[in-house]
Amino acid sequence: MWSTGLAGVLAVVLVVSAGVGPVSIPPATVLKVLLSADPIPLAFEPPRTSRIIVLDVRLPRIVLAAFVGVALATAGAVMQGFFRNPMADPSIIGVSSGAAVGAVATIVFPFAFPFGLELQGAAFLAAILTAFGVYLIATQGGHTPTATLLLAGVAVQTFLGAVISLLLLHSGQSLRRVVYWLMGHLGGTTWDEVRVIAVALPPLFFVLLFYARDLNVLLLGEEEAHGLGVEVERTKRILLAVSSVATAAAVAVTGVIGFVGLIVPHGMRLLVGPDHRILLPTSALAGASFLVATDTLARSGPAEIPVGIVTAALGAPFFLYLLRSREVTEL
Amino acid sequence: MSSDRSTATGPLLTIDGLRVRLGGATVLDAVDAAADRGRFVGVVGPNGAGKTTLLRTIAGAITPETGHIAVDGERIHGLSSKATSRLVASVPQDTTVAFEFDVRTVVEMGRNPHRSRFGGWTEADAAAVEGALDRTNTREFAARGITTLSGGERQRVLLARALAQDAPLLLLDEPTGSLDINHQVRTLGLVRELVSEGRTALAAIHDLDLAARYCDELVLLSEGRVVATGSPAAVLTESTIQDAFDATVVVSENPVTGTVSVTARADAETPTGSRFGAAAPPQAGRGSDDSGP
Repeated sequence: MWSTGLAGVLAVVLVVSAGVGPVSIPPATVLKVLLSADPIPLAFEPPRTSRIIVLDVRLPRIVLAAFVGVALATAGAVMQGFFRNPMADPSIIGVSSGAAVGAVATIVFPFAFPFGLELQGAAFLAAILTAFGVYLIATQGGHTPTATLLLAGVAVQTFLGAVISLLLLHSGQSLRRVVYWLMGHLGGTTWDEVRVIAVALPPLFFVLLFYARDLNVLLLGEEEAHGLGVEVERTKRILLAVSSVATAAAVAVTGVIGFVGLIVPHGMRLLVGPDHRILLPTSALAGASFLVATDTLARSGPAEIPVGIVTAALGAPFFLYLLRSREVTEL
Repeated sequence: MSSDRSTATGPLLTIDGLRVRLGGATVLDAVDAAADRGRFVGVVGPNGAGKTTLLRTIAGAITPETGHIAVDGERIHGLSSKATSRLVASVPQDTTVAFEFDVRTVVEMGRNPHRSRFGGWTEADAAAVEGALDRTNTREFAARGITTLSGGERQRVLLARALAQDAPLLLLDEPTGSLDINHQVRTLGLVRELVSEGRTALAAIHDLDLAARYCDELVLLSEGRVVATGSPAAVLTESTIQDAFDATVVVSENPVTGTVSVTARADAETPTGSRFGAAAPPQAGRGSDDSGP
């Protein structure tokens, strides 16, 4: 079973990643720390410094990376199936561009958001508004043709790209911070951020999982899906909304991390086939492993680099390898 | 296959004053037709006559401008997708499946109309799928990827999916279009079997001889209107075909099946000839009964 194997991979990646950093901690000690964090008291007590490093410094970031990986890879798998287009990614209807505008605007023109989490809140709201706007533009008389949606998404992304460039021109002193955000990063994660996404994501994931069978039937084409009892427009709305919210939640916290949502579902489809009942869970697990691993690389160099650079730098060659080695003429 | 058919009387399918517009053009106009339970009705007509549009409208994929369609007493265009798909199962003309699903998974999709979102796979589902695989001779490649199959094999898989759907009305769009003569006869023979068990089939068929041989009734469409309905012998006359297809034909009796056979004459047989003249074999005189059966 692929899911079990990938869950094992994820567990190993998590433990190894927690040991990697300026202070190297052996996997055995990491395991002890993780077990002792359990409310049940255990016979052994790991070293205090290891405990602090693992639980307070590294683990929030690792857990966030895992959740974001799940969100992006699952949303990517759904979007690729939804659009029946292998180049689709979670941001295809403009979620990331929207989030970027929200975040960059907040950095360039600081204002107080009522609930704290200013930047993330603005990014999330702008992402949702963008996705909804693209959906409205592409919808006519209750029908949302996927081709129109795709093109509307591209056009809106281009427009928002111009807005971001304009904001960059006015960013002055905060340019560095803006660029850093745009590249995608997981640095300085706190348990608070993890909690938000850990509460929001699992229900979204399970909704998508419950629609896996409909998504399979949708792959045959909308007319056939209708003939096989799928309420096509309603299912499309639900899939779009849920995967967009998941993506928005992820990019609002971490910035734009590219390629995870494109590469991971693609790779998994080659391994396990197009059946979303298997593809969604395996993509989620692989996405988590991939992002934790790449973020470990991103922070283990002499100077930390944004993880978005690492995912793109590793993802693009892997993608090209897949293109050359397998027949990827169709999804 | 369940035989839990409604006991409602009257035709299973009724089409009433149907008018369909697509992209500003009227594709079907004033179409009235009906199909009784246990009948195999063929829709014939020239290219662009509206055969496929008629099938798509019956399947609920196109909403008509006026008129309505009822299957088993239920108006199709007021029903949910799920309810429609329990009444009508379609085998599309284009059988391309772009995804590497295995054959069994594709056939299992036929059970989608009968499953709830959270419901599991029931014995009835399994029985319907196994039965469909057996009847269409697709069990031998049940584990293969559908993209590895030939066009004819895919056609049978999609027929199996429609059988698994277990709907009283079966729509087939050019079911023999991509089949060799052996599979043409086997596929239409299978449809006849299903019909004799009480299902109703409506098929768009290009080949007039096959339509005449297998269908109980024909509906001849031309330019979006019904030109003739009735038994194959009544519909396929030289004058109706001439008008509908704008072709000169000879209607004869097929010496093997005893059903109507239609042979088109090339324009070459006009005295002046045409640019295809040299290639077309002479056909005058073929057939013994020029006036039809």
